Amino acid sequence: MPRWLAHTIVIAALAGLLAAAFAAGDYTWNWAGVWEYRSLLVRGWLTTVAISLAALVASLAIGLAAALCLESRWRFVEAVGRVYVELIRGTPLLVQLLIGFYVVASAVGIGNRYVVGTLVLAAFSGAYMAEIIRGGLAAIPATQRDSARAIGLTPVQTLRFVIIPQAVRLVLPPVAGQLVSLIKDSSLLSVIAISEFTLAAQEVNSFTYSTLESYLPLAAGYLALTLPLSALSRWLEKRFRFEA
Amino acid sequence: MQLTVCDLVQRYDGPAILDGLTLATGDVQALVLVGPSGGGKTTLLRILAGLDRPVAGTVAFDGVPLPADEAGLRAYRRTVGTVFQAYNLFPHLSALDNLLLPLVRVHGLSEVEARERVRGPLERFHLAEHAAKRPAALSGGQKQRIAILRALVVQPRRIFLDEPTSALDPEMRGEVLEMIGELKAAGTQLVMVTHEMGFARRVADEIAFVADGRIAAHGTADDLFTRPSVPRVREFLTKVLV
Repeated sequence: MPRWLAHTIVIAALAGLLAAAFAAGDYTWNWAGVWEYRSLLVRGWLTTVAISLAALVASLAIGLAAALCLESRWRFVEAVGRVYVELIRGTPLLVQLLIGFYVVASAVGIGNRYVVGTLVLAAFSGAYMAEIIRGGLAAIPATQRDSARAIGLTPVQTLRFVIIPQAVRLVLPPVAGQLVSLIKDSSLLSVIAISEFTLAAQEVNSFTYSTLESYLPLAAGYLALTLPLSALSRWLEKRFRFEA
Repeated sequence: MQLTVCDLVQRYDGPAILDGLTLATGDVQALVLVGPSGGGKTTLLRILAGLDRPVAGTVAFDGVPLPADEAGLRAYRRTVGTVFQAYNLFPHLSALDNLLLPLVRVHGLSEVEARERVRGPLERFHLAEHAAKRPAALSGGQKQRIAILRALVVQPRRIFLDEPTSALDPEMRGEVLEMIGELKAAGTQLVMVTHEMGFARRVADEIAFVADGRIAAHGTADDLFTRPSVPRVREFLTKVLV
């Protein structure tokens, strides 16, 4: 059986079950009420896309930098990386957002809540990214570094031509998973009053009292972002594939 | 080349692996290091190849001491070639790209010049048809021959080989040893660690027997194999030559 057919069957079965569950629940749909507020949802979705994209790029950069810190020979640099990773991974994003916005950002004078929200999200995701990337770098055998040194590559060239191309293949699946999480975690930015997708859905719900009609589009909107990301990751994985 | 090693000491968090090793060779083209496992052969070779810095002692080739700092050693490593026991090649690059990487990135050749440079050697050693393959698609012997070529195409002053056949099936050892033999015949300077005693005897101008972090015996192949005067060497040879 071809893969697309198997996927279609599973999706159809799932849709059938869900439809049956909704039908049994005796729920009265009111899509018209939600349709009135569609522009609110679209604006929220676009905000989520923009914030996610910016945080995604920033979190990869932060993750790589922090991973290099974790691997550093200098104790102090390693300590900075380790404290950052453990502190961020060990505390709720909610708290980080509140502290980031009300304490840190106002102390350094960043007033734009969108910028703060994006940075906090990137820093949050970057801590997970750091461990993923560090694991990928550590998985490259020491003999590869030896070979690179033997042919006279500098440490930076060794990273660029030997270590990173091999590590990319290893870290792609977990990085893609982390990026999917990042997109969904962006929903928490609503607590610092950023009108992103989830806040928009909450507002639509409070205007229309049509809970499912407000939140089902929310699920669809996030899937519209995360599914292409997963597909991209699988495609990249194929491109970088080689037998070790 | 004429190698002088003086009071070399090496240790990594533990007992000394090289313990005041001293060696002065004549003007040789091929020097072979033999001896029991754990005796310090590979440690010595890594220092000679500029990969590790010793804790104490000096090394000089033709009277020129090895640099003591990493930048100087990197410059030195660019003038020599090193082949390891296994896993030399970069698995994400084709055999050809493995050869091109040092030429283009370290030695400043253009892509075109580099391809030109490697074409002849690839053909001479019957590897041209495998050039586009990734290492995983090559046999152990082919991988090792590509690794030797990678060390060779940068036109090094000499090549260091660390047990280049130990990780290979017997049938593949032959092709790798044959290639090394051809290098010797072509005038390439070699320093080689090996357990292949017959081969060592054939190619070596001088053999140094490394045991317990020192040179236990040193001389021509005939000196060492035919009239081993040191009991340690005699004992080792009776074990490996049966």
